[in-house]
Amino acid sequence: MKIFLKIWRQKDAKSNGKLVDYEMDNVIPHMSFLEMMDTLNEKLVVSGEHPVEFDHDCREGICGQCGMMINGRAHGPLKNTTTCQLHMRSFKDGDTIYVEPFRAEGFPIKRDLKVDRSAFDRIIGAGGFVSVNTGQAPEANSIPITHEIAESAFDSAACIGCGACVATCKNSSAALFTSAKISHLAKLPQGQQEAHKRALTMVAQMDAEDFGHCSNTEACEVECPQGISVLNIARMNWEFLKGNILK
Amino acid sequence: MELNAKIPPGPLKDKWNYYKDHAKLVNPANRKKLDVIVVGTGLAGSSAAASLAEMGYKVKSFCFQDSARRAHSVAAQGGVNAAKNYKNDGDSVYRMFYDTIKGGDFRSREANVYRLAECSLHLIDQAVAQGVPFGREYGGYLNNRSFGGVQVSRTFYSRGQTGQQLLLGAYQALIRQVSAKTVTLYTRHEMLDLVVVDGKARGIIVRNLDTGEIERHSAHAVILATGGFGKIYYLSTLAMGCNASAIWRAHKKGALMASPSWTQIHPTSLPQSGEYQSKLTLMSESLRNDGRIWVPLKKDDARKPNDIPEVERDYYLERRYPAFGNLAPRDISSRAAKERIDAGYGIGAQKNAVYLDFSKALKEQGEAKIKEKYGNLFSMYRKITDIDAYKEPMMISPAAHFSMGGLWVDYELMTTIPGLFALGEANFADHGANRLGANSLLQACVDGYFVAPYTVSNYLADEIKTGPVPADSLEFLEAEQKAKELLDRLVSIKGDKTADYYHKKLGKLLYDHCGLSRNREGLSLAIAEIKKLRVDFYAHLAVPGTPEEMNAELEKAGRVADYLEVAELMCYDALTREESCGAHFREEYQTPEGEALRDDEKFCFVSAWDWKGLDQEPVLVPEPLTFENVALTVRSYK
Repeated sequence: MKIFLKIWRQKDAKSNGKLVDYEMDNVIPHMSFLEMMDTLNEKLVVSGEHPVEFDHDCREGICGQCGMMINGRAHGPLKNTTTCQLHMRSFKDGDTIYVEPFRAEGFPIKRDLKVDRSAFDRIIGAGGFVSVNTGQAPEANSIPITHEIAESAFDSAACIGCGACVATCKNSSAALFTSAKISHLAKLPQGQQEAHKRALTMVAQMDAEDFGHCSNTEACEVECPQGISVLNIARMNWEFLKGNILK
Repeated sequence: MELNAKIPPGPLKDKWNYYKDHAKLVNPANRKKLDVIVVGTGLAGSSAAASLAEMGYKVKSFCFQDSARRAHSVAAQGGVNAAKNYKNDGDSVYRMFYDTIKGGDFRSREANVYRLAECSLHLIDQAVAQGVPFGREYGGYLNNRSFGGVQVSRTFYSRGQTGQQLLLGAYQALIRQVSAKTVTLYTRHEMLDLVVVDGKARGIIVRNLDTGEIERHSAHAVILATGGFGKIYYLSTLAMGCNASAIWRAHKKGALMASPSWTQIHPTSLPQSGEYQSKLTLMSESLRNDGRIWVPLKKDDARKPNDIPEVERDYYLERRYPAFGNLAPRDISSRAAKERIDAGYGIGAQKNAVYLDFSKALKEQGEAKIKEKYGNLFSMYRKITDIDAYKEPMMISPAAHFSMGGLWVDYELMTTIPGLFALGEANFADHGANRLGANSLLQACVDGYFVAPYTVSNYLADEIKTGPVPADSLEFLEAEQKAKELLDRLVSIKGDKTADYYHKKLGKLLYDHCGLSRNREGLSLAIAEIKKLRVDFYAHLAVPGTPEEMNAELEKAGRVADYLEVAELMCYDALTREESCGAHFREEYQTPEGEALRDDEKFCFVSAWDWKGLDQEPVLVPEPLTFENVALTVRSYK
């Protein structure tokens, strides 16, 4: 396959960036998208050019480090798939592909396709945990949790923190990310002690990080690699209102 | 040099309690005067950093990823073992200890392994309290599944994302301490060197990967929880950034490395499909609970798997190991697959795979049940291969996975450098020559949550009078200078071959000669080839840009530079161990049936290695293993 790439190149946070054209011959359909990028970078390195900086690590869809806008969609054309699990068979010979970083006020660009997602860590730091120290835990089976509740908590907890929800949202809202953690912990008895306070402090931190508000377009759920449901956002709003009333 | 493992006195089951009862303590008011550096934020690093900070120590935590939550523990799928005996199937701490010792082919310390099994009970309690959503039965109690190499069900799981959920628990505990300002977290920072002052570990040199700046950080103790280095084989189940650099640079500062060649080759990964490939994705071992492994009985059988009738299939694991069947341990399953593939029965375009077939389980249990157990794995398989495993068997193949070897540590998880600890996969301690499935999450957590808080405190108790450690002493400045020189050297070669080019060459050498099976001739050849490759690397490497900026290519080059040295030590390690045990299969030492032939007379010891310089052969320092509670038997799963 022959592929034409238009890739966002930006030297650092302060510089202006632009789309740069690259041509790739002999792209194999079984290649992953990132392996295609590796092949491009090999060529650039040998010719002495700075390769395209992009985030990636586990390459099996779970670490949440990779993420690009591919033809305007977070992680590319497939549903519920990270960039690292996208393969070139999703494209055709002769295609032109636009590759850009995740764009949001809350995710400043560091270089090329790498963005700063440390705001997510700060949102978790505002209460996305159960306040239990090592050594304090009671016997694991002392609090039964029904199969359904455990599975539902897992569905919320499955978030990989990649930021596709923010990148795809027209408001750059981090509501899906934040609500997934609030819901995960609020559903379990272990997390319920702090549920109200957690909703207030995490939402406050989300607002402080320059993320926009949720206006219920539900685009985030469509692009989320883990298929995190927007019902988590409803749950977050409920916990938030309860927290405000009870505080 | 003589190694002292510092095993506490008394009967096996009382040793850890004895240690805890006699370990030195630090007064709460003194703890905030003591600094601890933790490198790595996987399960071992996050749990240690969080636990020590909760106790009141001042902790600095480092990771190269852009968030602590992305460390590679996140990718573990199947589960975590604990001897809770919730299934009432005869499990106990002793039985788990025995399974682990036997699984490791009697090449690990009894006392360490017993402690691992003992602490497994508390880990499940801790994780549940943090909100880890383990799989549960309808009544609300915790569920278990089986894993390879054991006959009980002791594996706790969160669908196929157990590592992720355990890591999120540890990460959240860590971030909670960051918010409480008891931990300072440095993401996108890579350790370049260890600083040793007056024989003690006193700090590290790191590079800020976003800016290229070099920083010096001092402390009263340094903990390395930097994971395994299976990525040295290039194609592996590990993340792209996994590396040996932190432990290797500590090794060159005097910390002994143990059993570096003992690498677990995982039997159920996706096969390689082309030269461009960057990693081999793991399919959880838990799939072997319901999947049956086979190859066609006929060589070069071109039929589709579903067209091959039952009688023309060779379920070779069930045939060779009827007692354990498809749940034979990993080393044995991988070797059996390699045997069939090498004999010409491999399947797929490159004839490098075997089938993992769910048709029987689907018929018996229905698609909904299989989906609930392994849904995410089946969908991952589909994303990568475009094949629907509900309709036809998966194709799987062995791949480099876990480093049983690592920095040598004593019972306290302290290396041969006082004040330098190694936790989790970065140390060699608990798995012997082969790790059982679902024991790695366990070991990482136990080291960080339950062992380090006692043993690091015991060390720090003698550091109260030290006062703050300056980061501008001669030792720090020298280490910083050397680290900068290496970076400058790598960018100034200006050759025409990439770091990946060398990494792929090295990986192939290791797979061929220091992988699933090894022999004297191949290992000697590999040592000579690695030396040549290293010379070529420093003559023809290409790294664009400078060290003073974000430079992913420079990061790679630094890791490959270390791999080119680690690989040589791995080959010496494999060459000098003239026996077969666990993952280490020397072709010269096997039974007529092709099973591993261990030599307890000559090799019942851990091989620890002392660094003498690049142009010198490493020196072997054996740590004899004594077994007082189990009889050394031939490890049979037949």
